[in-house]
Amino acid sequence: MRAEDICKRFDGKKVLEELSISVSCGELLAIIGPSGVGKTTLLRILNGLLYPEDGDVYFKGEPLTFEDEKDLDKRRKMALLSQKPYPFKDTVWENVAYPLRLRSEEEIDDKVSDALEHVSLLEMADRRAGTLSSGELQRMAFARATVFGPDVLLLDEFTAHLDPYNISVLEDAVEWYVDSKGAAAVMVTHNLFQAKRISHSTALLFDGRIIEKDSTEKIFEYPEDERTEAFVNGEMVF
Amino acid sequence: MASDLLHVTVLSIFVSVSATLLASAMAVPLGTVMGLHKFRGREVVKTFTYTLYGFPPVVAGLLIYLLLSQRGPLGSLNLLFTPAAMILAQMVLVFPIITGLTMSSVSQVAGEVKETAMTLGADRWQTAKTVLNEARIGVISAIMVGFGRAIAEVGAVLMVGGNIRWHTRVLTTAIVLETRRGNFEYALVLGAVLLTVALIVFFVLKRYQDKGVKI
Repeated sequence: MRAEDICKRFDGKKVLEELSISVSCGELLAIIGPSGVGKTTLLRILNGLLYPEDGDVYFKGEPLTFEDEKDLDKRRKMALLSQKPYPFKDTVWENVAYPLRLRSEEEIDDKVSDALEHVSLLEMADRRAGTLSSGELQRMAFARATVFGPDVLLLDEFTAHLDPYNISVLEDAVEWYVDSKGAAAVMVTHNLFQAKRISHSTALLFDGRIIEKDSTEKIFEYPEDERTEAFVNGEMVF
Repeated sequence: MASDLLHVTVLSIFVSVSATLLASAMAVPLGTVMGLHKFRGREVVKTFTYTLYGFPPVVAGLLIYLLLSQRGPLGSLNLLFTPAAMILAQMVLVFPIITGLTMSSVSQVAGEVKETAMTLGADRWQTAKTVLNEARIGVISAIMVGFGRAIAEVGAVLMVGGNIRWHTRVLTTAIVLETRRGNFEYALVLGAVLLTVALIVFFVLKRYQDKGVKI
């Protein structure tokens, strides 16, 4: 998946400007940067939820049209996991089965069981999703987002405000998914330790552009741009 | 008297349930579309719909009367003073209520649900269905309020139905008649039956409220 020369403004205010980035199969890319630089906006554009004023997004070489129905086939091969997932007013099982029912898939029971097992939620399958804790809810949302086998996983601060156990379960699940399915993943995070722990590559988003993208090791140990160096060392970036 | 009571009760249920179902068949989809989409003039349409909550029943009755009377545009259908005319009058009164309350319920959940459904691969119809399912508590409440208005209606059904025994007499119009005659005990019995009917219908709808519509 790649984005080329993306420009996005809100109420005339520039958020993204000529931003280009790409992610390959089996790659887990972390996008880091200060608050309010447009990381979530970028994920939403990649998912086709927001249209850019300029630029293109390509999924497997095909451009997104940013028209709901025309992009349906492409959208059905991506998943976006947000910071605060919405639980449908139903059981955990039905929540996870939902994307499979949308696609009229077969063997729903087996697929839902597998997805719940990977996030240690199988024993809670019959509980109402609204009664889950925030960590359990995010694990359910991960199972729901991956049960249909998306080729691209978009993760928006997916472990923010969670306890260490839930963070660990979710990070393991993401790593397992990317490795075993060969999926591409783009993870927006404020947590530099998390980027270091699980991402293969890291990019710094600042001032509406990607300042630097490289392997996670290079970004954290040998950054080329002084703004990247400042950010990964916990300093203000100007 | 017992057969009389049975007839007005059955006719009341038939007229009000029909009016509520027919109005819901149009009002729920319309309210869903209005709650889901932002369009030019939406606020004007919302305000107009809310204003119609207080539509005077006698005015609704008058309009339906003029529509169905021999000289009216639909006079040739000979529907005046029939249960069909009463259903039409009740529909006019409950349609804005069900539309407005559905719209409110849908718009409350639309943002989050729409986005979640879309990110999980829902097409336009599946998204609308999901939003409606998530708003079901409010939508069923809207239908309940609509039925409550319909079954309690007296002015409009009296005007277009005529309160004809064995033909268009329903519980509310029978209560008016018996009160005028001074048969207060029978009027109270009719009132108790009316409340019981409303209670049973609300109970059934409440059961549906707790269940979802599966995709």
